Amino acid sequence: MRFLRAALGVIGELLVTAGVVVLLFVAWQVGYSSLIEGRAQAGVVAEMEASAPDGSGLPDLPDGPLVAGTAPSLDDGALLAIIRIPRFGTDWARPVYEGITPGTLAKGPGHYPRTALPGQVGNMAIAGHRTTHGHPFFEIDSLVPGDVIVIETRQSYVVYRMASSTIVRPSQSEVVAAVPQKLGAKPTEAWLTLTSCHPKFSAAQRYIVFAKLDRVVPRSDGAPPELTAAPTAASPAGSELSAIASLVGGA
Amino acid sequence: MYAALWRVLPGNRGAKVLWMILLFLIVVAVLFTWVFPAVAPLLPFDRVTVDGAWAPLGVSDV
Repeated sequence: MRFLRAALGVIGELLVTAGVVVLLFVAWQVGYSSLIEGRAQAGVVAEMEASAPDGSGLPDLPDGPLVAGTAPSLDDGALLAIIRIPRFGTDWARPVYEGITPGTLAKGPGHYPRTALPGQVGNMAIAGHRTTHGHPFFEIDSLVPGDVIVIETRQSYVVYRMASSTIVRPSQSEVVAAVPQKLGAKPTEAWLTLTSCHPKFSAAQRYIVFAKLDRVVPRSDGAPPELTAAPTAASPAGSELSAIASLVGGA
Repeated sequence: MYAALWRVLPGNRGAKVLWMILLFLIVVAVLFTWVFPAVAPLLPFDRVTVDGAWAPLGVSDV
C-alpha cells in the first residue's frame, strides 16, 4: 500500500515535470526563434545594406525568360536575394537562399530549385518557416490582396503584388508549378509563390500566397515607394499570444 | 521524488529553497542550450514545403 502510494506520487511528479518541460519548450521555441534567430536573419540583411548598399553583396542573376536547361546552378544554401514585405513591419527584410533543404531553411526563406528567378516568366517559389528558425513567415496569413512583396536583387527591386492565398495539403505541389496550380501549363506571366506551414505549430497543411509581378524597378531608380509607405488597412497581427491560444485550442 | 531531493539538500529551509531555485535554473539552461535545439528539428511541425513528384517547374519550355 505504501509502495503504491509512493509510486503514484512519483508518476504524478513526472507528469507535472513533463508538463513544465513542454511549456518551457514552447517558451524557448517562441523566444529563441524570434529573439535570437529572427534577429540574426534580419541582421544579415542589415549588414549587407551597410557594407554593400549598391547590391554587390547579392549574386548576379540572368535577366530575361528562363529557358529550359539554362537555370543557373546556384549551390544549395547560397544567398539569392532579399525579400521585403512591408505588411510584416516597417523595413521588414530577410535573406532568401537557394534551396529548400532543412539546413538552408534554418538560415532563412529558401527558393525552390528550378523555379523561376526574380522577375522571370514562370513561378518563383519561396518556402519559409512559420514558427521556428526565425519564423520569417509567421504572419503569412496577414497578407491581403494588393500587399506588396519586393524581391531585391543585385540589379533591381522586383515588385510583386499579392493576388490570393489558399490552404492546401502538403502533397499539392501544383502550387509551385510554372503556372501556379496548373501543372504542365506553359507560363506567360511572372508569379511569386510563398509557402509555409498551417496551422501554426502544425505540419498538416500548407499556407500558400500567390503574388503577381507588378513591375521591375532598376536599383538606380531607388527603393520603390511601397517599401516606405504604411500598408493599407491594418490586419490583425499574428501576435505570439494568438499563436499560443491557437495551440492550446487544438489548432 | 522532489521530497527526496528536498531532504538531501543541505542547510535550513531557506537554503534549500535557494538550492531548488538554482537547480531549476541550471536545468532550464541545459534544456535551452542543448536539449531543445537537438529535439526541435525532430518534431513533426513547421514543415513548410510542398512535396511530391515535381513537374519541371518555372521553365518556359515545358
